[in-house]
Amino acid sequence: MIKYIIKRFFMMIATIFVIATLTFFLMHSIPGSPLESDRTTNPQIQANLEKFYHLDDPLPIQYVNYLKSIVTFDFGPSIKKPNDSVNSLIERGFPISFELGMVSILVAVISGLILGTLAALKHNGIIDYLAMTIAVVGISIPNFILATLLIQVFAGSLGWLPAATWSGPSYMILPTLALATGPMAIIARLTRSSMLEVLTQDYIKMAKAKGLKPFRVIFRHAMRNALMPIVTIMGTMLAGILTGTFIIERVFAIPGMGKYFVESISNRDYPVIMGTTVFYSAFLVFMLFLVDIVYGLLDPRIKLHNKEGESS
Amino acid sequence: MVSKQSTMPEDTLPESQEKILQVKNLHVTFKTYGGYVKAVRGVTFDLYKGETLAIVGESGCGKSVTSSAIMGLIPQPPGKIENGEILFDHKNLATLPKAKLRQIQGMDISMIFQDPMTALNPTLTIGEQLTEGVRTHKGLSKSEANMKALEMLNLVGIPNPQERMKQYPHQFSGGMRQRIVIAIALICEPTVLIADEPTTALDVTIQAQVLELFAEIQQKTGVSIILITHDLGVVAKIADRIAVMYAGQIIEIGNKREIFYQASHPYTKGLLNSVPRLDLMDEELQPIDGTPPDLFDPPKGCGFTARCPYAMEVCEKIEPEKTMLSNSHRAYCWLHDERAQAVFPSK
Repeated sequence: MIKYIIKRFFMMIATIFVIATLTFFLMHSIPGSPLESDRTTNPQIQANLEKFYHLDDPLPIQYVNYLKSIVTFDFGPSIKKPNDSVNSLIERGFPISFELGMVSILVAVISGLILGTLAALKHNGIIDYLAMTIAVVGISIPNFILATLLIQVFAGSLGWLPAATWSGPSYMILPTLALATGPMAIIARLTRSSMLEVLTQDYIKMAKAKGLKPFRVIFRHAMRNALMPIVTIMGTMLAGILTGTFIIERVFAIPGMGKYFVESISNRDYPVIMGTTVFYSAFLVFMLFLVDIVYGLLDPRIKLHNKEGESS
Repeated sequence: MVSKQSTMPEDTLPESQEKILQVKNLHVTFKTYGGYVKAVRGVTFDLYKGETLAIVGESGCGKSVTSSAIMGLIPQPPGKIENGEILFDHKNLATLPKAKLRQIQGMDISMIFQDPMTALNPTLTIGEQLTEGVRTHKGLSKSEANMKALEMLNLVGIPNPQERMKQYPHQFSGGMRQRIVIAIALICEPTVLIADEPTTALDVTIQAQVLELFAEIQQKTGVSIILITHDLGVVAKIADRIAVMYAGQIIEIGNKREIFYQASHPYTKGLLNSVPRLDLMDEELQPIDGTPPDLFDPPKGCGFTARCPYAMEVCEKIEPEKTMLSNSHRAYCWLHDERAQAVFPSK
């Protein structure tokens, strides 16, 4: 296990390195520079500024400096927001984004599992059709549309919930709903089909033949096996939720990290782009690692300390 | 069948023989998109204490459905027990509410499944799968249940049971898994054990071991076994009595000698003739021509008519009545009716 974790750690570093390199060169291949929009500055000031931000260095040197900044985890100051360092932007924005993302994932997984299991148990019944209708609707509606609809209904017409910003639990409900519905629908559909398959297995028949209560048969015997495909898609789903937070944060004017990330790209704010990208990818890679660990915990047949490391 | 309604004892064996389980006129149908499949059409038999009753027949003859019905494992819907009684301990299992049925499932009647590779849950330890039944039914504590499980693993011949309890099914071989499945079935000390093709998925050397295990366990515990199989070799080895099923009905039932040496239904004879024999190398196998009838629309008369070399006009039209050939031997075939004349095979 420890061997596996160490190996995975080095693979994670390699992945982040590749992402960082790609981001760096893509970023510099986009026309424009962070200082271009400030037309009023005279050439001397322009040159001084470029010197200050090391933008006049040859690209390879900038690249090496950039790698250094990743290793030390100090991305320097933002060019567009001179009062903020990239680190302070992340420190300020990430906890909010993290909270929103994690609550949404939890809501999506729990409600998706319940919905999917109910649908499978009442296979071809009214609950099944109802659950699957909700699922199809949930998958079909993009989260930003759902977000505006939710604001319109619950904040606008009904006035039950605040429409935007982030200053308390009640502010979390609408963005979480908007973000969680899509993944919930996918999980519900997957749970249903996976559960239906598991319920026909011999070991379920055997569990019933033991005279166990239906609750135990479903949760102890069926659920764990039915969870496998769901854990498998959790990785990509996490990435989806992550990018989802960019949009949802924008719609609800939540001061999370997504805002800085999106703004930095349109502003060509190089340090912020680099800092947030590396941070996001490190986070995502780490979450994928956790997913793999969970996989191994759920299914004893998957050995994490495989000789060839095939399990990753 | 007129005799189906009779309450007379079907198999008159010595009085000392105690009836553990009685199946009376059992009908099971399944609703499918194509219509209703009448999978079991009036099965009647008794199971005596401490005996092994083999139910033999080809695929789709209803033998597994019969055992599922006894076990209360017919999925409803699409399945339905249309008619009949399954009497156990003065209760009719066919109509018992689910919660009451659960108290019997695994406790008094337990089941061994065909394929040990799929019958064990891959994500739970052997120990948990062994003990959960006995903990539910007998309310044992974890350590008591573990003691019991160790005892069972010893009984079925699993070495190092203490360590093995913590392992998962994929860490066991096929034969070992079947031993574990047997241990799970026996842990609550049931009075009836239903074994649905317990050796089919095993290779031949392991088959022999498992069959010996059955005999040993029966001797030790006195459990009554219903053995579902299509392997007459297995039957010859461990069965006391044999019921032959065809097209959802028992067409002949008797003790082992009577079925093997005095088979009286043409289907039973055909079945015995189609077994490959090592001592008669040169002889060709004699298959039974044709296929079983469509159970969506079972024939009015005897189900075997179309394949029977002795078929008569009456066979096609009227279901054969029961003929008692001895106290323990009965067949459902018009050939044995006293009105039938001497028999000449048509081919």
